[in-house]
Amino acid sequence: MMAGYVLRRLIQSALILFGVALITFFLLFVLPADPVRQIAGRSATPETVQNIREQLGLDQPFAVQFGRYLGGLVQGDLGRSYLQKSQVSDLIAARLPATLLLMAAAIFCELVIGLAMGITAALRRDSATDQALMMTSFVTVSAPQFVVSLLMLYVFAVKLGWFPIGGYGTFRHLVLPAITLGILGSGWYSRMMRSSMIDVMRTDYIRTARAKGLTRARVVLGHALPNAILPIIAMIGIDIGVFMGGIVVVESVFGWPGIGQLAWQAIQRIDIPIIMGVTLVSAVAIVLGNLAADLIAPFIDPRIKLK
Amino acid sequence: MTSAAGVNAQPMGAWRRLMQRKLAVFGLALIALVVAGAAFAPWLAPFAPDMQHFDGLTIEGAPLPPGGAYPMGTDLLGRDLFSRILYGARTSLIIGVVANGLALLIGTAVGLTAGYFRGWIGAALMRFTDLMMAFPALLLAICLAAIFSPSLWIVALVNWVQTARVIYTETTSLATRDFIAAERTLGASTGRILFRHILPHLMPTLIVWGTLGISTTVLLEATLSFLGVGVQPPTPSWGNIIFENQTYFQSAPWLVFIPGAAIILLALAFNLVGDALRDVLDPTQRGRE
Repeated sequence: MMAGYVLRRLIQSALILFGVALITFFLLFVLPADPVRQIAGRSATPETVQNIREQLGLDQPFAVQFGRYLGGLVQGDLGRSYLQKSQVSDLIAARLPATLLLMAAAIFCELVIGLAMGITAALRRDSATDQALMMTSFVTVSAPQFVVSLLMLYVFAVKLGWFPIGGYGTFRHLVLPAITLGILGSGWYSRMMRSSMIDVMRTDYIRTARAKGLTRARVVLGHALPNAILPIIAMIGIDIGVFMGGIVVVESVFGWPGIGQLAWQAIQRIDIPIIMGVTLVSAVAIVLGNLAADLIAPFIDPRIKLK
Repeated sequence: MTSAAGVNAQPMGAWRRLMQRKLAVFGLALIALVVAGAAFAPWLAPFAPDMQHFDGLTIEGAPLPPGGAYPMGTDLLGRDLFSRILYGARTSLIIGVVANGLALLIGTAVGLTAGYFRGWIGAALMRFTDLMMAFPALLLAICLAAIFSPSLWIVALVNWVQTARVIYTETTSLATRDFIAAERTLGASTGRILFRHILPHLMPTLIVWGTLGISTTVLLEATLSFLGVGVQPPTPSWGNIIFENQTYFQSAPWLVFIPGAAIILLALAFNLVGDALRDVLDPTQRGRE
């Protein structure tokens, strides 16, 4: 049964990725700007233009072109940048480690901030602390990523001088962008953690643990927390979509040389193959994140039934 | 609220319960303030939003800080920031309401069709919705803006997905209920069932998602404008005011943080009202025995 479920989810994910490729190819296909003209230049003769068109296979029907595009994608070919004369896949590969480092640090911050807020709010339910924390989570989900980024940069780098004003290289460079992404993402986690914790605290086994005379700390940390945290773990995989948007903004404000900054630089020059490449890579990350969340969930929480 | 009144058993009850919530009242007051500022911008603004003042810059050519003739200071071109914020409220509100309205319309059409007719049309529509969810909204919007040109439609085209899913789920459960079967037996047309019987039951959900969606839309528009692929200068929007002035943000932080605070307050207001509406109208509980 487990093998069947895994196989079905794998096939589903593959189909979605196929659909993602179809959509990105369709967008390139309807692109108003003619790539042949851009390569050939203004003074090219009609014959040259025709030659390049045939060389690139752009005279072929939609299905044939899509087949070639898909074949390329499977081999990691994301096309060529318009302005930088290099492969998009090389540009992305060179910047991926920086983004992955920032993502790992940011997810850590997001969980620490979000879970701490959620647990505190749940344990002091309906108090002033609870209301203040939930209001804070409302503000974080209502704040544009670039405003929070600029505010953090202004206060902690420009005014206080605790951290460098953007850049990459040392641990101190990592702190501000990671905390910024952590704050931005903590809103949903804190609300979910709060309601999950409140649900768990109402259950019979918590009442039993209390009745046994365990200390409050042991009830909360030993019994409630491990159960309340389960639904949150699946969120991490699903959350990647919002996260990739945040990466573009935060990396460009903090000058962090990852794929988000690459996308931002491409936006300024309307270098569509790069923007497409980053979007495609993000979509793959989202599909894999969702897949991982679904596959891991039954292992960490045996109550989840496989569908 | 009048549309909610049509379906709720105690229409005034819902409104009264909303007004009992301090945060909802605070949110509504903020929205009213921004709407008033946008509507009366020509009378409230001390200057025309794109007028460059001779005395609007320091001798060195830097923007002026808040105070004096310019209550919020001036921007990098010596224009009055307060006037630009007021006119920018128009842009942000119009895009927030119109683009979100379009997204709601697309999402409802897709969710309703897929949920009521099921079959291969329903399956195809919902698989397409799943597909759209695999794209990060901001990056897809950037792609569309780079390929075509920045427009309202782009914001709508990336934001309809959530609505479609929610409406689909509710429609499928409504479509199997007895009163719909009874209507069909009595010979009611499909259009009549959809618009007279199913749609009114979806109203609370649409009101809640419509309100929360304005917040999402305002944030997306601001972010796109900040990245330079949203509202194009010289038309002021809160996002592009920050985009234009961000090089000055160390020496003239008000140029970034005044419009930034405006965006946060507007998005927060719609989130607070939407969240309170969710509790008051309780769309998930409606229609359940």
